Formats: sequence, C-alpha cells, structure tokens
Amino acid sequence: MDKKLYTMIVYSENIAGLLNQITAVFTRRQINIESLNVSASSIKGVHKYTITAWTDEDTIKKIVRQIEKKIDVLQAHYFTDEEIFSHEIALYKLSTPVLEREPKVSELIRRYNARVVEVNPTYSALEKDGTTEDITSFYDELQQLGCVLQFVRSGRIALTKSCVERVNEFLAEREARYLRAKQNEAAR
Amino acid sequence: MSNKETITGAEALMRSLEHQGVDTLFGYPGGSIMPVFDALYDHRHILNHILVRHEQGATHAAQGYARASGKVGVCLVTSGPGATNTITGIADAMIDSTPVVVIAGQVGTSFLGSDAFQEVDLVGITQPITKWSYQIRRAEDVPWAVARAFYLASSGRPGPVVLDFAKNAQVETFDYEPTTVDFVRSYIPVPDTDSMSVIMAADLINKAQRPLVLVGQGVELGNAQDELRAFIEKADMPAGCTLLGLSALPSDHRLNVGMLGMHGNLAPNVKTNECDVLVAVGMRFDDRVTGNLATYAKQAKIIHFDIDPAEINKNVKVDVAVLGDCKDTLRAVTDLLVPAKHKEWLASFAPYAEEERVRVIEPEIHPGHGPLNMGEVVRAVSEATRNEAVLVTDVGQNQMMSARYFKYSRNRSIITSGGLGTMGFGLPAAVGATFAVPDRTVCVFMGDGGLQMNLQELGTVMEQKAPVKMILLNNNYLGNVRQWQAMFFNRKYSFTPMLNPDYMKIAEAYGIPSRRVMERSDLSAAIDEMLSTAGPFLLEACVIEEGNVLPMTPPGGTVNDMLLEC
Repeated sequence: MDKKLYTMIVYSENIAGLLNQITAVFTRRQINIESLNVSASSIKGVHKYTITAWTDEDTIKKIVRQIEKKIDVLQAHYFTDEEIFSHEIALYKLSTPVLEREPKVSELIRRYNARVVEVNPTYSALEKDGTTEDITSFYDELQQLGCVLQFVRSGRIALTKSCVERVNEFLAEREARYLRAKQNEAAR
Repeated sequence: MSNKETITGAEALMRSLEHQGVDTLFGYPGGSIMPVFDALYDHRHILNHILVRHEQGATHAAQGYARASGKVGVCLVTSGPGATNTITGIADAMIDSTPVVVIAGQVGTSFLGSDAFQEVDLVGITQPITKWSYQIRRAEDVPWAVARAFYLASSGRPGPVVLDFAKNAQVETFDYEPTTVDFVRSYIPVPDTDSMSVIMAADLINKAQRPLVLVGQGVELGNAQDELRAFIEKADMPAGCTLLGLSALPSDHRLNVGMLGMHGNLAPNVKTNECDVLVAVGMRFDDRVTGNLATYAKQAKIIHFDIDPAEINKNVKVDVAVLGDCKDTLRAVTDLLVPAKHKEWLASFAPYAEEERVRVIEPEIHPGHGPLNMGEVVRAVSEATRNEAVLVTDVGQNQMMSARYFKYSRNRSIITSGGLGTMGFGLPAAVGATFAVPDRTVCVFMGDGGLQMNLQELGTVMEQKAPVKMILLNNNYLGNVRQWQAMFFNRKYSFTPMLNPDYMKIAEAYGIPSRRVMERSDLSAAIDEMLSTAGPFLLEACVIEEGNVLPMTPPGGTVNDMLLEC
C-alpha cells in the first residue's frame, strides 16, 4: 500500500501517562512518529495531540482504532494533507556579522516572510511559521549562505477543514445518552 | 445527616471492595501493602483472602476465578517484586480478555521516583498490558478508583486493571462514602450496532449455501450461549470453536464440528477454505486459528460479530462487521434469518471427521497397547466426570490434548492460557476456579514442565484444601517444543529432555493424596480414586515420551492443509 504522511488528531482526558500509551501504539507497530504536538485544547480538561507519521492507510486506521480504545482517549481521527490546514513554527539563530555582510540574507528574510525577534552583535533570532516545506526550504537557503547557528522547529499543529469540532458533539452526545439511560432506568 | 465516616485509605479499600461485591481475594503481603493487610484482617470473614505462594500464582488464580465465575478476580500484592511478579498474569489476562483487578502496594508519594526500597514504576510497566492502570496517591481517591477499576475491568471487552496504591494513601484518613462508577465519558464499552450491518449479515447468511460459524470466547463473555445456539440452529449452520470458545457450545451439539486452529479438528479447518460465508462471533482471528492469512478463507464472504471495534479488519478483512454485544446482535440477526437446511454441506464435514477419527483420534484414545497416551487419559477423566467438569489446562501438549479430548457440556468449562500461552498457568488457575465454582469438579491437566513452573502453589492447595483434581501428563520432556524440534529442527532435542523429581514424594510432602499410573489397566481405578477422594488429588500419568499432538497446521501453513501424521 502507498505510504503517505498522515496527520492524526487525538483528544483525551488530561491524565498523566496517556502520552506514553498513545506513542506505544505507534512503536509497537514500528511506525516512526515524525512530529508530535500536545497541548490543552479549547475544551477545559481535554488535551489535543497532533501526530504525524508516514504509513499506509490500512495501518493508520488500525492505529487510530487502537488509540481510541485507550480508556481515557476521547476520540482519534486521521487526515491526509488535503483535509487539514496545518502549520509549524521554526526558530533560526543566525550569525549577526554574516547577516550584516551578506545582503542575500535579509532578502531571504523578506521573501520568506520571517520575523526578527532578537538582534545583538553576536547573533540574530528569526521566527517563521508556515508549512513544513516552506520552513525547510528557508533553512536550506540560509544554510547555503553559512549563517545558521541554531535551528529548531515545532511539531505540526492542524485544523480540520470541516466546520464542526467533532469532539464537542461527541461529548455532548455521550452525556445526553447517559442521562437518557439513567432516566429510562428510573422510569422503569 | 451525612453517611460519611472518617476512615483510612486501607479501610476504604476494604469497604470499596465489599461495595463491589467482592468475596474472594488472592494475595501475598509485603512492606508496602501492610496497612491494607492490617485492615483486611478485620474484614476476613467477608473478604476471603487466599494466601498464595508466589504473586504470579495470585494473578493466575484470580484469572481462573474470573473465567469460571464471570466475576472480577482480585489480587492483592506488595510493591516492587510483588508487583512485578504479577506481570505475566496481567499480560495473560489482557490478551485473553479476563476481568482482573490487581491492587499493589507502592512506596509513599514522597519517595516516588527516588528508587526507594521496593519501588517500581508499576503504572509505567503495566500501561501496555492493562485496560487501565492507575496510581492512588490520596486516600480520598480510593472509592472512585476502585469503582472505576471494577467498572472498566468487567464492562465491554473485559480486561485487567492495576491499582498502584501508595502507602501514604493507605494510612491517611478521609470522609468515606460508597461510590459507584457506571459511566466514563471517554469509554464506550459496547459500541452501537449499525442496523444496516444486521440486515446485511442476515442477508449474506440467508443467501449462503455453505455457511460456517466460528465461535469465540466472546460468546461466553457475553453470556450469549443460548443466542448462539438459536442463531446456528435457525440457519442450520455448522460451528467450530476456538480454544477459548470450546465450552460456548456443547461438544455433542449436532452443529458443533469441533475445534479450530493449529491443533484443532480437521473438518472445520478444511471447511474454512470451502465455505461461502464465514461468520466469526467474538473471536479475533488469532494466528493460531488462521494459519497463513494470505490463504485464509479467501473464497468466503466474512461477517465479524465483535464488541471491540479495534478487532475489525485487524487480521482478516471482513465484508460485514456487526459491532455490539453479541447477546443482542446475535438475537437481532437471528430474527431476520430464514429457517434453512444445509444438509449436503453439513454432510460434507463427515468424511473429514471420519478420517481424523480413524487416523488420529482412535489411535490416540484407544491405542490398546504400548505406553499410555495423553489423549486417552484426558478422555477417560472427561468421561469419568460425565463431561461436566471444569477443564483447566497448562500450556503445551497437555493443553492441546486436553482441549481436543475433553468434552464440554456446560458453559464456562475451559480455562486455559490462549493468547499468551503461559506455562505455569494451570495449577494456580485451577485453585482460583475451585473458589469460583465450589459445586463443580475442577480438573487441571499439566505437563511436567508447567507443573514445576508454579509448583509452589501446591502449598496453597494444601493450606486451602482446594479440591483441585490435578492430572500430570508426565512425558519427561518439554513436549511441545520437542515435537517442533522433531518436525522442524531435525530431531535435535535441544534442552527439552527433563530430569523429573518424584512427584509422589512431592505430593506426600504437601499431604496431598496421589497416585502414579504407568499401566493402562490401572488408569480407570486411579481416576475413580481421584474423583472420589474429597479435596485435592494428584494423578501422575506416565505417558508416552515422544507423543505428538495431531493433526497440525504447521506454522505459516494453510488451514486446509493439516498434517495427520508426522
């Protein structure tokens, strides 16, 4: 089967140790995680994981189901690049003397729309957000000019193109069904 | 007035267990669980604590208890080595979907992470092999954690839960209130059944000319044995059982065509690759059942009934997945079935059954001369119990022979380590089973290898006078590995011959009545003696040394290409 870069979005309760359980599903199947971002979601007490991995659709489906099976995981879904808006952020530390000497550097900064966040006589720090490719190609071009002292990039974060937050619906439905079941029980 | 009462975490654990209806625990005390054992002493008349001889024995006993009764098995152990000794049993319970709650002591929270005495990261170790693993750090979390543990262990697809109980939380006090958990918003124990899937399944079965049903442990776990029978009877479908599903359908049911898998019966295996609709109920297409997936049931439309969505398409791609509790889904599909007769199809199983009977079964159970066979001992014991006993097995040839030659007439009658294949499982699991079903005869078949792996549990048998009927099939070999060495490694018997102790003397040391049988003519009287002796009994059958389990699908082989001799 064709391998692709899949982006998995997982929502879970905010419970210590869950990250381990989620990554273990990948490692058991010998799938490398390309990037991983974990943070609080827009819902209180719910954490959101954005995970990317190269694999085939059959495997990513199985991984999603095995992750969803973890008790404190609320939902897991996978997406291809066409189904999401995704972003990364990167920081670049450049040598200030090279920056001053080499006009191509500031040209690149403008072309790639990077932001200067710090300048001192020794180094300058840039921040750039964008796609994986954009961030990488900016790095490659800077590297050719020999001015990169340090480089770091975040994992991918992503929004789905659908207009509803599925996890909200999921939670509302779960609570409503439980209450209905309780009421039915009481009525009986 | 509030019904709250200020008590310690340890006392709260006792009350929470009682609130869950627990009446039996298997455990072993130690430093980090002492406050709990102190509290347990005062509850010992309600919470019957069985002192095992090794913590692995505690987990297997809890498994045996759970598998025989359908209730949650409970273990109580200390931190560090006490906890790590439970790992094999926890992993076994996970892969065989057995509801077990393991409560382990842990060092106090102020010591956590400092490599304190008998500290081990139990939650970290057990996360991949549990449904849920949780560290109780505060006394006030006890009622919630215990309630959640029992809810998770027993609901949906059952499994093991670990509670890692920090010592400070055992001694701290709080206001206790009984707690029940019946909802976890992130956890869907029983997935919704898509009504289309029910219609499609019924439609496929109604159109089938050659349907074959595969019965798994899910039928027993879902208590759907009656529904299964109605289902197969209405559409007149032959059914084969997995190892763990063997007692979900009586052996003598006219539609029961035998055991599936590597050492299963010839007919259901061959017919798997001839049927036009394959209906799997509560089974997970384990490699020991399917053999080579590339050649498995390729001609058939496949319907999979399961409670766990992660099992669908995991190993075998299916055409229709019927998610839900099989007690409900089987009934729903049965309602839509048109009564059918598959006379010719059913009759086509007979020649294979007959071939296996003549070439494998008869020589195994009625050899007439030569040394005792494993199969004949098993069949004789089974018949002496009128096929009504609970069969517990260890792992290896003894397991396959007893699964094949024991007969099942009642539900929940086979307790064996299927997925993990844990040697040493049998004896402690049988001890556990005797506490779960005191009114039933519990027979455990073991090899000389497996018995010695948890031999210390004879101490538990002795102390509890647990009425375990122990049958040792002694062939002086690690027989299953020896068979593979004979078949696939040029008869190079690398470390499989074993020098055995005198088991009669061992039994005597424990005060357990015993009998050794070398001759066929003595077998029946020895079995009668075993069954008529109150309490435990060890029957050592000295069986053929190089006996083989047959038929066999060689590893990676195809289900319809079984070896009848080797």
